[in-house]
Amino acid sequence: MARVVVDVMLKPEILDPQGKAVHGALRRLGFDGIRDVRQGKRFELELDGEVTEAHLDQVRELAATLLANPVIEDFTVRVGQVAG
Amino acid sequence: MRVGVVTFPGSLDDVDAVRAVRLAGAKARQLWHGDSHLHGVDAVVLPGGFSYGDYLRCGAIARFAPVMSAVVAAAQRGLPVLGICNGFQILCESHLLPGALVRNNHRRFVCREQQLAVESTRTAWTSAYEQGQRIVVPVKNGEGAYTADASTLDQLEGEGRVVVRYLGDNPNGSARAIAGIAGERGNVVGLMPHPEHAVDALCGPGTDGLGFFTSVLAALSVDLG
Repeated sequence: MARVVVDVMLKPEILDPQGKAVHGALRRLGFDGIRDVRQGKRFELELDGEVTEAHLDQVRELAATLLANPVIEDFTVRVGQVAG
Repeated sequence: MRVGVVTFPGSLDDVDAVRAVRLAGAKARQLWHGDSHLHGVDAVVLPGGFSYGDYLRCGAIARFAPVMSAVVAAAQRGLPVLGICNGFQILCESHLLPGALVRNNHRRFVCREQQLAVESTRTAWTSAYEQGQRIVVPVKNGEGAYTADASTLDQLEGEGRVVVRYLGDNPNGSARAIAGIAGERGNVVGLMPHPEHAVDALCGPGTDGLGFFTSVLAALSVDLG
């Protein structure tokens, strides 16, 4: 079994009200020196067998089709560790 | 003349949309998200609500419902399609309309009566209004801020495809106070406010929303000769 991780973030120019809310809470809790917070999504896809380049292409396609909306979001695809 | 109203799991305003269609004088045909064809309807309304629980992104899962393949194909052939609130989000996710709806800039759900200006009467859904007419319909959303890149916004404005715009306080931080837009041909319209909740003075702010539903009847009468 192998794991592929897809991270999805709002594009930098899109306002992230949730990140702003978290940022505001951090300040209230006394965590200083944090200039900004942006919140994203992480998807962990478990695959059968080893990860091949074809698998990664397939994951990139499904990320662009469903997991992320390329109008407002960017995504990255990487091979992740499967916890023992 | 029959107007189809799609029910997805989590749709809320499908029954109000059906009622608005009937008050406008058309027959309503309820469509199910699992339907693979449109049962011969002459227009389609995608109603408000929280299809598939708004999981992933609003409208993202609904876009891949079987009925949406039929809606997208028919819309590309010119079928009038109106997306209200969650329906607007689904139309953007389906790429029938440009841009996207993101979380309100003030982070709160907004629910109020909202004044709008009708800025385009050249669509299948707004011909019953006068250019610049001010109407009041409810707006209720948590992720209703319209966003698109600057060139898309300029194109929408330049082509007269901003259909309705918020007047007064912008309820959700929408770019350029855009409340609703049309596709290139004017048959597909999406808006965040809810005209189907303003079709009966007894249980809404008035009847200003009825024009969306009478407009499509007029458009269909012309088409059907």
